[in-house]
Amino acid sequence: MTRLDGHGRIDRSRTLRFVVDDVAYTGHPGDTLASALLAHGVHRLGTSVKLGRPRGIGAAWVEDPTGLVQIEEPFPEPMLLAATVELTDGLVARGVGGRGRLAQVPDTARHDRQHHHCDVLVVGAGPAGLAAARQAARAGEDVVLVDDRSEAGGTLTGTETIDGRGSRDWAADVVAELAASGTVLHLQRTTAFGHHDDGYVLALERRTSGASRQRVHRIRAARVVVATGAIERPIVFEDNDRPGVMLASAARDLLHRQGVRAGSEVVVFTSDDAAYATAADLHDAGARVTVVDVRPTPPAAGPCLERDIVVHGNAVVTGAEGEDHVTGAVLGDGRTLPCDLLLVSGGWNPTAHLFSHVRGALRYDPELGAFRPGEELPGTRVVGAANGVLDLAGGLRDAVGDAAPAVVEQPRTPTTVLWRVPGDPARQFVDLARDATVRDIERAVGAGMTSVEHVKRYTTIGTAHDQGRTSGVIASGITAELLGRPIEDLGTTTFRPPYVPVAFAALAGRERGDLYDPVRTTVLHDRHVAAGAVFEDVGQWKRARHYPRAGEDMAAAVLRECAAARTGVAIMDGSTLGKIDVQGADAGVLLDRLYTNLMSSLKVGRVRYGVMCGNDGMMIDDGTVLRLADDRFLVTTTTGNAAVVLEWMEEWLQTEWPDLAVHVTSVTDQWAVLPVVGPRSRDVIGAVFGDVDVSNDAFGFMTWQDTVLDGVPVRLARISFSGELAYEVHVDARYAPALWDRLLEAGRPFDITPYGTETMHVLRAEKGYPIVGQDTDGTVTPQDLGMSWVISKKKTDFVGKRSFARAENLNPQRKELVSLLPTDAATTLPEGSQIVEFRADGALPPPPVPMLGHVTSSYRSAALGRPFALALLKAGRSRVGEVVHVPVGDRLVAAEIAPTVLVDPEGARRDG
Amino acid sequence: MTADLLAPVHLLDAWRARFEDLTVELAGRHDLAITLAPSTAALAVRVAPGAAAVAEVALGVPLPTRPLAWEPTLRGQSLHLGPDEWLVTDVAATSAAAWEAVTRPALAAVGAAASDVSAQYADLRLQGRAARELLSFGCALDLRPASFGPRTCARTLLGQSGVLLVGHDDGEFQLLVRTSFAGYVAAWLLDAAEEYR
Repeated sequence: MTRLDGHGRIDRSRTLRFVVDDVAYTGHPGDTLASALLAHGVHRLGTSVKLGRPRGIGAAWVEDPTGLVQIEEPFPEPMLLAATVELTDGLVARGVGGRGRLAQVPDTARHDRQHHHCDVLVVGAGPAGLAAARQAARAGEDVVLVDDRSEAGGTLTGTETIDGRGSRDWAADVVAELAASGTVLHLQRTTAFGHHDDGYVLALERRTSGASRQRVHRIRAARVVVATGAIERPIVFEDNDRPGVMLASAARDLLHRQGVRAGSEVVVFTSDDAAYATAADLHDAGARVTVVDVRPTPPAAGPCLERDIVVHGNAVVTGAEGEDHVTGAVLGDGRTLPCDLLLVSGGWNPTAHLFSHVRGALRYDPELGAFRPGEELPGTRVVGAANGVLDLAGGLRDAVGDAAPAVVEQPRTPTTVLWRVPGDPARQFVDLARDATVRDIERAVGAGMTSVEHVKRYTTIGTAHDQGRTSGVIASGITAELLGRPIEDLGTTTFRPPYVPVAFAALAGRERGDLYDPVRTTVLHDRHVAAGAVFEDVGQWKRARHYPRAGEDMAAAVLRECAAARTGVAIMDGSTLGKIDVQGADAGVLLDRLYTNLMSSLKVGRVRYGVMCGNDGMMIDDGTVLRLADDRFLVTTTTGNAAVVLEWMEEWLQTEWPDLAVHVTSVTDQWAVLPVVGPRSRDVIGAVFGDVDVSNDAFGFMTWQDTVLDGVPVRLARISFSGELAYEVHVDARYAPALWDRLLEAGRPFDITPYGTETMHVLRAEKGYPIVGQDTDGTVTPQDLGMSWVISKKKTDFVGKRSFARAENLNPQRKELVSLLPTDAATTLPEGSQIVEFRADGALPPPPVPMLGHVTSSYRSAALGRPFALALLKAGRSRVGEVVHVPVGDRLVAAEIAPTVLVDPEGARRDG
Repeated sequence: MTADLLAPVHLLDAWRARFEDLTVELAGRHDLAITLAPSTAALAVRVAPGAAAVAEVALGVPLPTRPLAWEPTLRGQSLHLGPDEWLVTDVAATSAAAWEAVTRPALAAVGAAASDVSAQYADLRLQGRAARELLSFGCALDLRPASFGPRTCARTLLGQSGVLLVGHDDGEFQLLVRTSFAGYVAAWLLDAAEEYR
């Protein structure tokens, strides 16, 4: 065991059990999976993705390129860093070979999101972030403070002194003050992973209480303070990927957070001052420590001299010995220092990702040997180590200016920049997660690449889970050396969101299951459920598709419902129909411009069918228009296009025709629409609405009348989408259930039959009425549908008119709507089937086989006693009577081309 | 015969008991109540640019012109939804159709329009200290009292449904939801409250 008494902030009173690679271990609350393994002396975790080399824990937080595990329990999750997995009781994990495995079972855990607005968002609760948050809170501002670790304080170990207090006591004081302020939302275990325009930051919280496992916080801040610290970078040498090679800062972090000493024979290879604190702390914790410093005169060696730590100046580590674990550090002069822990420190890269996300430019700072924020951005400030100010006193001053608390510390000396030491480039690993070496960069440069972005994509350096946190800048440095150009000129690759991997489940949040997409229902929904309806999705609506009786399948139910509509009476819920109230002196003008036919000539009390086209002359919607008054029309749209048509009207009114005195208002949810269809519909309507003369003379086709039933206004309209005698009943939706019941009751003597959308589709197809979006696809004109009659020749202009004269629109080979009758009178052609020329031999020739068109709708017809289809077919109308072939599976089905209207072509049934 | 009269329904009637159960369950731990307000008469009023002042005379109801503002009226609310758009409610109007019929000619004379939308919205109320947080689980607006206080209203998204969110005194929120989306919103609210259960 390398757990040390008197060190760390774990809860030793409680023991947690966990299993890694089938071996049982124990740890404590406050441990990460990595720290708990290292407490047992375990560094090794899995193998590398390409070369299969042993991999181990390389760092103590999100910068670790190697310590990946597959979590098995409590829930399978692939590719998590052991360093970032908080230890829980019962955790089961195993090392991975570079790839994880997605769960095969559904994740039942809840994920959610929350929106916040604040004056200041501070990212990072290290000393600079805490100071900035406190300053804002004291100024009375609304503050959100997020930090990705489990506790505030950042890298403060407690050995520093701030304002005369131990640094961790100081941090605790600030946290308490923030909590008491009432204006601060302070979230630990919360990683800001994306920074977007106008102060919008996304942060992922790993929750320890509440109903969800993780929460995405969407934070909109007037100002963003980025206090995210800096990440240590290694120096590249041969076999630097061996387990037991680790960042120096990680070893210190593990010692102070979890009381774990990651090794007992330690070599520290450094070009920076910070590693000396690690060396001293590990020595004090009982390790034998040797320092190898690149710099000729190690400037921070004082504490080491006091402690008898050997410091080799002007020296480098050129390689690591050992296979599964490091056993020695090979020095430049050929000596080998035995060790079980080889720590590396090559300076610090400011964690300026959130600055880069909003396109803040980074600039190379030679003094720092790193890229740091190089410009001012409105609304975003980067402070402390994230801004390249690495000393504590400087960082606090950077954050809050003169309000900074007092700190006494040794002045820092500059880092000596060293990307790599001499050695075999094929064994010098740059990106350990990708098995990418200096040799790979040499290949990229040899192939002629001079941009770090190209080198990244060629070598894959920086594309793994860690996004090159420890390798990206080094790759730039080595590329610069190989090209013989200054790194300033090359820059570094761009940081993009997310800063850390985020599970899709977290992004999906609660939008899954029943809440995946809003389900829209009509006021009659419960009635349909009670009647045993089978529903289908139409846009976001749930519509009754058919109402099967016991023992019926859909085909049987639909045949029965169709027969009822053609021979008796049937009723459906048409409330999903889009409805738009068009009012104003110029209402008729607007409709004349948007419909292909003339609407302004419609008389009050009458109804007209209309078609709308886009600028390209292609049909976008159709429906009926009721003229309610001189200055008022009720426009109906297809269910799926209600919002589209309303927006279409508003767009024209607001952008092109603001001079028109018209207002359009959606009333879709206001009115329930109940079509009552069939030869006996007149009896039912007459029985329910005794005041209305329902005779054909008094109430003709395509007219409407208002009436009142028990004090409730009701509108009746003679509109038919089936060719049968039919009435649409419009009523304030609140009264629709009661009226539905009343209609069913009145229809009982005629065996009134509720019917669904499938029957509606069959009935209209038998009459050749197209459905926009089913028989059309955005390339179909009204003329293609055989509806030239709906295009006004009187109007000088309307939307789409100019396109009707295009040469292609006049091409006689355009696809036209026809019906197809399979000659066997038995086969129902699958919708979407392709149509080819008739083959006398009944066999499909070798490809290519010219496609003449396709089947758009296909049903069995009760009225015809056979299946039929609608199809778009090249020059179809000129080919009526001919036979074509439709490949279905591995056979060819012969079908005769017929006119679109198959039932009651003379329209005798319309008036009952 | 009363039994024969057409009876109106509240689309969310089926949810009433579940909302009540929630308040009881959370009592003492979280201060949250979701209730259904009775349906009222409502008109969607559209006005030509700059004509709000004449339109409100024609309508007999004030039309606030400050963006995102609403005002109580003698018998309801007048909510400013857009530059030329208001929703006006009247708890006492027995027949919205008659109200519309009376109002429309006067409005038409000044280039304005009115449509009966009484059946178009379900009216939900959220009360209690947890109400604002509950909404923050699915509404991107700044709902801090200084930004969204009483007499403020906005059309926005809650989850994936459009809603008209209306601020009242004492941190109460009113949600006017298209009736076809009301079931989704009711389910969404109850699911959001899982955080407190």
